[in-house]
Amino acid sequence: MTSIALTQTAALGARSVVRTARQPANIIFPLVFPMLLFAVNAGGLQSATRLPGFPTDSFVAFALAVPFVQGALIATINANVEFARDIQTGFLNRLALTPVRGIILLLGQLGGLMTIALAQAVFYLAVGLAFGVRLASGFGGAVMLLLLELVIALAFASLGSWAALRTGSTEAVQSLFPVFFVFLFLSSMNMPRNLIEADWFRWVATINPVSYLIEAVRSLVIEGWNWEALALGFAVAGGLSLFGFTLATRALWRRLERT
Amino acid sequence: MHAPLENSIQAHGLVREFKKGPRAVDGIDLHVDSGEIYGFLGPNGAGKSTTIGMLTTLLPPTAGTATVAGYDVVKEGPQIRKVIGAALQEAALDPFLTGREHLRLQTTMHGITGEERRKRSEELLTRVGLTEAADRKVKGYSGGMKRRLDLALALVHRPRVIFLDEPTTGLDVQSRSALWVEVGRLAKEDGVTVFLTTQYLEEADVLADRVGIIDHGRIVAEGTPEKLKAEIACSTVEAVPANPDQQGAVTAVLERFGQQTTGYGPGSVAVQLTSSNGNLAEIVRALDAEGVVLSQLQIHEPTLDDVFLAKTGRHLEGAGDQEEQEPKIAEPAPA
Repeated sequence: MTSIALTQTAALGARSVVRTARQPANIIFPLVFPMLLFAVNAGGLQSATRLPGFPTDSFVAFALAVPFVQGALIATINANVEFARDIQTGFLNRLALTPVRGIILLLGQLGGLMTIALAQAVFYLAVGLAFGVRLASGFGGAVMLLLLELVIALAFASLGSWAALRTGSTEAVQSLFPVFFVFLFLSSMNMPRNLIEADWFRWVATINPVSYLIEAVRSLVIEGWNWEALALGFAVAGGLSLFGFTLATRALWRRLERT
Repeated sequence: MHAPLENSIQAHGLVREFKKGPRAVDGIDLHVDSGEIYGFLGPNGAGKSTTIGMLTTLLPPTAGTATVAGYDVVKEGPQIRKVIGAALQEAALDPFLTGREHLRLQTTMHGITGEERRKRSEELLTRVGLTEAADRKVKGYSGGMKRRLDLALALVHRPRVIFLDEPTTGLDVQSRSALWVEVGRLAKEDGVTVFLTTQYLEEADVLADRVGIIDHGRIVAEGTPEKLKAEIACSTVEAVPANPDQQGAVTAVLERFGQQTTGYGPGSVAVQLTSSNGNLAEIVRALDAEGVVLSQLQIHEPTLDDVFLAKTGRHLEGAGDQEEQEPKIAEPAPA
């Protein structure tokens, strides 16, 4: 990538961040809502730690993984709603009328979303530490966690960008939100998969890719360096990113008919 | 010595079809000279914006060829985007960014960075009168300010050809006049070729060196506004009888001088004069002879709407709002 292309990508990413930062609802909701759910779950499900085989005696530590996935999801949906609005208002056409390459438009958007997700992740981590959670993987694990969060955000962001580019509709992108949330609730977010009693739920959680994202984050918090969990988490996030990015790129070419 | 830059726009048989839709543009030919302001006039849905879409490389043509600044719109899209500026319908701005941030982003997209970017941004903010508002978010801008920012964004890279798609739609008279001055200056002082679409006849009349009238995707008339109006050549006389019962008598008299036309005020009778047929004094004498009492008598010079009417058989949308021509002669009612 040339230096001009890098500058253009950075400028588009910065615009995405600035636009989000200037809409308090887009900042507060992704920070507060996951923390509320985290507080409710951590307070109400502490007794689950007494189950034989539960991997930790702190449900706060166990549940801390969820906000990382949930926050990335909310932030990327919000930002992609704005991306769809760019299409509706003609802002994307304004950018398409410049010599900038099409792929830069997408990379800038995704870069902005990843930056926002990273900032949120730092906040969740700080809240967790304030509530007495200590990462079993140490400082290196925190860095790895933030790296994993970037890939998770890229996965959701590229799928959301695909929806925005494919439909050009803010409503369509918003409608992804409950779909993604179903995946979140049908995952191992509140219980290790091996302790889920209902067979159908355990099966759904096992085939649900979101479980592996949560378990990779969770492993860094409560287990230390579980390379298998990390490999699965990165593979799922990376695979979803690749899948979403491919779809988004194709949708971008269709959307930008420019010669 | 440098060869003169080729800033013209040319199109031959340009067609654009949309899926399951009619031909939005149906084989148009265009020739716009370097430094010319070309007004592209037509009602909503006539094909103006689709034509701009093709000429700015946003839409590939279904058939036909076109070049902008010497580059082919199909084969040389990236080169065209380097030399054109465009302000498309409805200023597409980010309400959460400031005017200055918009300019920063736009200059970066054009590969302009560092000190040059800062200088160019300041220069354009001054030029469009937005220096004081530069650090305010665009959501607080008026419609006129948004349009001026839109124009500034289209100019950041010193384009050789600029496309303006209905740039003054929805603006108040003052903002419209300010934009006209700026567009005129671009062509006259900077030698920029301007392709301007509008629904407003007055705008085309005031600004454009030449006008093309498009209807149902086809160009139905083209030339200087003066030439097009001269082709019609006939003024319209409008008379309002003091007594509405005398409308028939007024019609009978006026039809001796031309063909009745519509689109004028309620209760009035209007005829478009045939070129060699009568003058206002003769009309007044004829009405007087019939004992008709008028409350108002006006003569209207031909307008671009008359041209549109003559070429398409109907009035241009919004013509009545925009083309309120001052009457040349306003006579008191004959005794």
